[in-house]
Amino acid sequence: MSARRIVLTSGKGGVGKTTTTANLGAALAQRGHRVVLVDADIGLRNLDLVLGLEKRIVFDLVEVVEGRCQLRQALIKDKRFETLAILPAAQTRDKTAVSELQFAKVIEDLAETCDYVLIDCPAGIEHGFRNAIAGAAEAIVVTTPEVSAIRDADRVIGKLRERGLAFRIVVNRIRPEMVRSGDMLSVDDVSEILGGELLGIIPDDEEIIDTTNRGEPVVLTPDSRLAVIYEKIARRLEGEVVPLTVLHAPGFFSKLFGQRKAG
Amino acid sequence: MHDVQPEPIAPVIPKPRGRAIVITSGKGGVGKTTTTANIGAALARTGATVVLVDADVGLRNLDIVMGLEARVRHHVLDVLESRATLDDALVVDKRVSTLRLLAAAQTREKDEVDTQAMHDLIDRLREQFDYVLIDCPAGIEMGFQNAIVGADEAIVVCTPEVSAVRDADRVVGLLGNREKIWLVVNRLRPALVRKGKMLSVDDVNAILRLPLLGVIADEPGVIVSTNKGEPLALDDASPTGAAYRAIAGRIAGTDTSAPVIPTEPTAMQRLGAFFGGSAR
Amino acid sequence: MIDFFKKLFKPEGSSSTARERLRLVLLSDHLSLAPDVVESLKLDLIAVISKYVEVDEAACDVTFERQDAAIAMMANIPILSMKTRPPSPPPTPSGPPPAPEPPPSSFGTPATAKVADEPAAAKPPSPPRRKRRRRRANVSPSLGNAAPVPG
Repeated sequence: MSARRIVLTSGKGGVGKTTTTANLGAALAQRGHRVVLVDADIGLRNLDLVLGLEKRIVFDLVEVVEGRCQLRQALIKDKRFETLAILPAAQTRDKTAVSELQFAKVIEDLAETCDYVLIDCPAGIEHGFRNAIAGAAEAIVVTTPEVSAIRDADRVIGKLRERGLAFRIVVNRIRPEMVRSGDMLSVDDVSEILGGELLGIIPDDEEIIDTTNRGEPVVLTPDSRLAVIYEKIARRLEGEVVPLTVLHAPGFFSKLFGQRKAG
Repeated sequence: MHDVQPEPIAPVIPKPRGRAIVITSGKGGVGKTTTTANIGAALARTGATVVLVDADVGLRNLDIVMGLEARVRHHVLDVLESRATLDDALVVDKRVSTLRLLAAAQTREKDEVDTQAMHDLIDRLREQFDYVLIDCPAGIEMGFQNAIVGADEAIVVCTPEVSAVRDADRVVGLLGNREKIWLVVNRLRPALVRKGKMLSVDDVNAILRLPLLGVIADEPGVIVSTNKGEPLALDDASPTGAAYRAIAGRIAGTDTSAPVIPTEPTAMQRLGAFFGGSAR
Repeated sequence: MIDFFKKLFKPEGSSSTARERLRLVLLSDHLSLAPDVVESLKLDLIAVISKYVEVDEAACDVTFERQDAAIAMMANIPILSMKTRPPSPPPTPSGPPPAPEPPPSSFGTPATAKVADEPAAAKPPSPPRRKRRRRRANVSPSLGNAAPVPG
């Protein structure tokens, strides 16, 4: 039984692809699935760093493709989860080191060994992007509610449609208070403009900066609101119908009295 | 009738070539385009002639950040492939008369740009403008190579986050020898730095070791400004705008002050936090 | 404090500006990303107009221009001459159409009246130009994504 092969892409850099790949992967693993995360950003790898696994890299994707090691030798098992592993990118090469066919083959091989392969796509729509989607059967488009990000996501969705890849949208870094004051596009705006189904909404939260610094997926923090959100996204990915989290900006009075409504 | 004395021939002093500065980062989404737009606007406001070049072929955004997307008729590749003259392609800014934009092609790809042709174009622009600011795409591939060619100076934009610092470090290595390479730290959150939850400017520069050009604190006003297409550097009331104007001053050599590292949330951030923004 | 009141009474924030600008930018992006669609649109347009007037097909040009809050299609179609006979009106369900009155013969000779020779039944009635454009080229305000329309 072959795994689901999902690419996380965006067009625009810095919208949260890697963070989402890491945390969604961790959430799926927590739910008992066997998950492999693949860093397709050859030359500028970051998936390892976000997961705190940078010191354990021995082999990378390029070496697998070039036959200098076995696939299983390059996989790094994350010891905090029973069933999570990553395949790191090469840092000292560039994206032309691997062809679309070669990349697709690696993903195919991985898909025999697990339930989910999540591919962290680099920014842009060039070679690296083409490689990343070559291995995938479905896509998650990550965007923020900002003009440039949405424009780039639109471009990427066009490319996905060309390839016949189904996709769903994750809107990251939403600030409910700014949406309310009319200073930020809403999730509905984004979904309507891009013409896609929503997979999840993730609020802007400083917690991510801290956890990334420490190399810890946020799902490991028990009462973290982000952990709950990633878990819901994982469930939606599994096919469950989970109502979207209603995000409240901390209201005037709750702020005054020290309470913060859970997102 | 008397002999007309010939006019003494004035010595021809060649106009100094403009400065070509690439704004780069490695990591996407750290604020290169916003920084390019704002530094350009700030420099142009002082009267300097400035052209902003969007080198992000296929994913152009400098036009929309500047609010000039409706004025773009031709782009860089039209000029390089002789379908339009440079004059046709240069978009005049709505607000500052000495500011121009050269947009990227939206429907092409970065591999289609010839590096030498790009170099020649930047040289040509330097003949016409005091400053040529090149907005570099994310990554270190062809797009990056084309953006840095022709630029003597570079500004590396970095946020205080581990991935960004790592990518910036890579880029500094790839930039090699340039006349000047500066650092701009973007999206600092002083309250988080104080709590030890975010890297400080010193942390970032301990790794990158570049002369610090400026530090911009994270603030919601930047999102509003890109929504509207109005660079904050043109807003006299904006503290972020003031920071960009100071950066422009340092580039021009008119501002010799050291960059201020924000340590307290700005008054606006505090107000925003009080009325329901995330704690800064 | 002023900011607080401003926010209370501000009619619209920058998000509505953003929405509007995005709509236009994406429409523009999509148009430039679908050159084959634009080409089909141009050919269809020329074909429809050619039913009524002779056009210089080689010199026809269709471009899109941004005008403030909209994108306008600008078609430059040089007309060489009128056709001598207008095309037959579409057949009505109640019976065959009345034969059209022959127009005053100020233009051309019967030899150039190509349209009159075409059997009216062979061509389906052309729908109004606007509707046809929308079906083929998807340039309506609703946003598709930036992919070339197949076919």
